[in-house]
Amino acid sequence: MGMRIADFAYELKEGLAISFQAIRANKMRSVLTTLGIVIGIVSVTLMGTAIEGLSRGFNDSISKIGADVLYVQKWPWFGGEGEWWKYRNRKDIKMPQFDAIERHATLIKSATPMAGTRAPVKYKGQSSEGVLTLGANDQYLETGGVSMDFGRFFNQAESDGGRPICVLGSEVAENLFPNETPLGKTIRIGTSTFRVIGVMEKQGSLLGIESLDNRIVVPIEGFIRRFGANRGIQINVKAADIKNLDDTKEELRGILRKARHVPPTGEDDFAINQQEMFIQTFNAIGAVVAGIGLFITALSLFVGAIGIMNIMFVSVTERTKEIGIRKAIGAKRSTILLQFLVESASLSLIGGIIGIIISYPLSLLVNQILPTSMPLSVVGIAILISIIVGVVSGFLPANRASKLDPVEALRYE
Amino acid sequence: MNVINIRNISKTYVMGVEEVHALHDVTVQIDRGEYVAIMGPSGSGKSTLMNMLGCLDTPTSGLYEFNGANVSEMNDNDLARIRNKEIGFVFQTFNLIPRSDALHNVELPLIYGGVNAHERKRLAAEALNHVNLGDRMHHRPNELSGGQRQRVAIARALVTKPSIILADEPTGNLDTKTGDEIMTLFEELHHQGNTIILVTHEEYIAEHAHRIIRLRDGVIEKDENVQKRVIPTVA
Repeated sequence: MGMRIADFAYELKEGLAISFQAIRANKMRSVLTTLGIVIGIVSVTLMGTAIEGLSRGFNDSISKIGADVLYVQKWPWFGGEGEWWKYRNRKDIKMPQFDAIERHATLIKSATPMAGTRAPVKYKGQSSEGVLTLGANDQYLETGGVSMDFGRFFNQAESDGGRPICVLGSEVAENLFPNETPLGKTIRIGTSTFRVIGVMEKQGSLLGIESLDNRIVVPIEGFIRRFGANRGIQINVKAADIKNLDDTKEELRGILRKARHVPPTGEDDFAINQQEMFIQTFNAIGAVVAGIGLFITALSLFVGAIGIMNIMFVSVTERTKEIGIRKAIGAKRSTILLQFLVESASLSLIGGIIGIIISYPLSLLVNQILPTSMPLSVVGIAILISIIVGVVSGFLPANRASKLDPVEALRYE
Repeated sequence: MNVINIRNISKTYVMGVEEVHALHDVTVQIDRGEYVAIMGPSGSGKSTLMNMLGCLDTPTSGLYEFNGANVSEMNDNDLARIRNKEIGFVFQTFNLIPRSDALHNVELPLIYGGVNAHERKRLAAEALNHVNLGDRMHHRPNELSGGQRQRVAIARALVTKPSIILADEPTGNLDTKTGDEIMTLFEELHHQGNTIILVTHEEYIAEHAHRIIRLRDGVIEKDENVQKRVIPTVA
């Protein structure tokens, strides 16, 4: 004999009405009971918000690396610990290998050789420390996803000719030229002089560590001539289509193996790095953060659940007589069970809602440190969790209530 | 026709090491439309019999048929359904839900019976009007007098149109005048065709009934029809 859905709906509605009456009658007790749930929900929402912020910040940084850019270098970014000597002893990557890529690669959109030095930079009395001077070709903007603030970038002819011109990062421009325009001015990098032809737009920093604006870009040919012909370079390659990134990588590998005379059975003596390696590392860090958050959340929800269970046992005892009356006039076991489950779920839900209300200003605080906002999905999850905790912790007391003997219960004073 | 058919029922409780025979080999039949009083001193087993009749408890042995259905073999859910649809309880201490108003108290059995909200309100209001409390529907029990509370309880017992109304010392907590009013109400309900079973230890209350079953030490001592005085019926 199945229960009709309508019956269930009436009993559910009655259960809700009873629980609100009961909670209203014991406001203070109810609020104190939900404290554990409140803490649990605050921790789950804040953790969600923090993770959201971390991944937003990370995605911001990672987009500066460019998902469709491959980095040909001597060293792999991650892994291969203990093989330091192997990587160190590899031949440097040199310009002819860049030329080979430019000549033979079909799946690439742009490519630039890159070399760097941290030579001191001076203009009149001003000097700037820790500036990274990069040698690159005219495709630097394209591969790096950088745009100009004012002035212009050097063209192919200027790049190939190794002209003594340079383009400044915004931070360098501010440091050297606080009160005048840098365009047309001549600065000194190391022992050489360069004329400023443009300033790049502000880019921010990579993972908050390496500023992308404290840089100067000069034509690679000139860079090699002035700062050393023997140094190695790296090659940044932007794929024509991100969907073909793996194919692009394979094509580069083939070209480089040939250009570097790697025997057919030999291991690659270079690395092709990509953004994905960063993502993998980040995900590992994110998992640790989430794990700790989950532990705190689970612990406080457990404490909250015990609190609710305890108060529900008290509530069942207090209302023994009422349970007897309800049974006498036709409430089934399932009716009483449902009534008390609804009550404990409501109690827990109130804790959850209080938790969300407390979390909101806290998430704004987190936002000051880490740009983020409370994701709506986290709010939904918090509500769901508090209902589930309420039902689970209310089960034992509700079960006891449902099994009360009506004769005994009616006699209870 | 029998509403209640009890044959040779016994009820034994175990209290510590002692066995208590609350009822011993009791046989009773009650017909539809009867007005029966169950009398006896405390410890006579009348409460046990009343719990049995009200399907709140089941006998240790013997047969209990309610409207032809065997109650002795019913499970908890079936007993709850019989209590809900077929039995209207009136208690000495009224036993209303304190936080609910009169209307909601009367509605409650209909909620458990799966009656829709609109119909519930209509039937509950009708039952309250029937006991002259039409103007007290939204009062809570603590805002009502003892007599009014008992009338709310009677309305709650009537609202499902049960086969029997089972009243356990319904005037026990009321003063004489109010008690008389309640007894007059039962009289009316009986005239309207309701079957009423009254449990009491007071002779003058039992005299309202048409048949008195006297219990002593768990057995029926006497089961007799009462010669009725002429009672002026209220039209």
